Amino acid sequence: MKYSEKVMDHFTHPRNVGEIEDADGVGVVGNAKCGDIMKMYLKIDENDVIVDCKFKTFGCGAAIATSSMATELIKGHTVQEALKLTNSAVVEALDGLPPVKVHCSVLAEEAIKTALADYYKKIGRPVDFEIEKSHEGEE
Amino acid sequence: MAKYVYADNASTTPVSKEVIDAMMPCFETCWGNPSSLYEKGRDAKDLMDDARERIAKVFNAKANEIYFTSCGSEADNWAIKGTALKMREKGKNHIITSKIEHPAVLNSCRALEKLGFKVTYLDVDEYGVVDLDMLRCSITENTGLVAVMFANNEVGTIEPISEICDIAHAKGALVFTDAVQAVGNIDIDLSKLPVDMLSLSGHKIHAPKGIGMLFIRRGVNIANLIDGGAQERRKRAGTENVPYIVGLAKALEIAKEKLDDIPRVRKMRDRLISELTKIPYSKLNGSRENRLAGNVNISFEYIEGEGMLLWLDIAGIAASTGSACSSESLDPSHVLLAMGVPHEKAHGSLRLSISHETTDEDIDYIIETLPGIVKKLRDMSPLWEEVEKAKIKN
Ligand SMILES: Cc1ncc(COP(=O)(O)O)c(C=O)c1O
Repeated sequence: MKYSEKVMDHFTHPRNVGEIEDADGVGVVGNAKCGDIMKMYLKIDENDVIVDCKFKTFGCGAAIATSSMATELIKGHTVQEALKLTNSAVVEALDGLPPVKVHCSVLAEEAIKTALADYYKKIGRPVDFEIEKSHEGEE
Repeated sequence: MAKYVYADNASTTPVSKEVIDAMMPCFETCWGNPSSLYEKGRDAKDLMDDARERIAKVFNAKANEIYFTSCGSEADNWAIKGTALKMREKGKNHIITSKIEHPAVLNSCRALEKLGFKVTYLDVDEYGVVDLDMLRCSITENTGLVAVMFANNEVGTIEPISEICDIAHAKGALVFTDAVQAVGNIDIDLSKLPVDMLSLSGHKIHAPKGIGMLFIRRGVNIANLIDGGAQERRKRAGTENVPYIVGLAKALEIAKEKLDDIPRVRKMRDRLISELTKIPYSKLNGSRENRLAGNVNISFEYIEGEGMLLWLDIAGIAASTGSACSSESLDPSHVLLAMGVPHEKAHGSLRLSISHETTDEDIDYIIETLPGIVKKLRDMSPLWEEVEKAKIKN
């Protein structure tokens, strides 16, 4: 198994690692039992623009790299644009992932959507999108 | 030159110069088929016979008890499936093994279950030692084979093979032990240790990959797995891999000589364990004393093993992990889980396996490098964040 240079770059120099104290949306997905957890923090302005985005991830190299890439892809974009981010776009941006690691990109997509759902709830907007829960039912 | 420390000797080892030198004539001049009657064939056969004699001597066994195979996995498969097929003739259909065996053993047993054999997988304690009471309780007149590894490849636990032989033989069952990891670490005298079968693999002891061996004690009769020509006294067909057989003999002789150096390896291992378990929220997996001289296996909480391996690789250190991410399955190491290590700690396990080629400087380098890597990964772990926050609150 070999990672692309992009994956290794994001693994060794992850962008946007950290927390946002007064985040407008926070999403946590995955579980320790399965070996990966992603936590996303979003700061969103009154125009629905994601002005800041940070993450913390417990997981393999691919989990860290996909989290990092996902934050880069949504930072500065609107909530509507962020909702359109798919896991395959993250994989593509990383120049591919080994097949066994594709689930990490699914987790990154879920983490963002979960944080956005949290934001919707906070501002009283109905959550009109679905979040695929890849780890549910895995015992 | 950039620093390079190979600490994955339980995975494989480099072929030593002496082994290469011993093999070269088999490629260059004595390349005949040992079954041929003419001189080239006879020369090859002489080399092979000599290798078999020397290997027998290493283990205090007889040359006609040594059978060469293509790898350790084949030897494991043969011992288990060959015994199963034979014992069925006597109306026996029960096999006992342990939960922490190598996949070559576990999956052989699973394959036999599909054919109607009954298999008991013995529990292990928190250190990875098989439960002898469970063995005593589960063994019956119907048990034809007890297969327990000599030493575990992940946590280095050394199993009580002698006692297992006593229990099994009292019930008329054969004993097979996978000694792939034990060889080169422990002196094995097969005139004293009454196992019926023992497997080993060349590439763990500085011989090439693709050569293994099964010791089958005289009088023990198991079915063939590889049918064909009359090689290996009609027990294992296939033109013999003379160069690798010669290489294996050399490697085993050297490994036996180097047993004198084991206390030094153990000292380096103990230094690694002492220093690395000083990292907060770390725990040694397996026993402190009852473990292979070169094996270190430590779980670091709140991080995942693959990340550690990648950073170690960047630092020039080769190691391995029991995390699911490296296994291409969702579950972490079956060995750690059987020992009762929780999933999340198994994901954060790191195995360092050193050898007599490892130096004190290598150990220093690992001790200097690892804490920074653990910290770096924890700093980006949401689980660690919770630990830190809880600390501030208290
Ligand atoms: C305990 C044990 N048994 C069997 C094997 C398989 O040996 P081989 O790689 O020669 O098939 C290994 C090594 O991979 C091992 O560690």
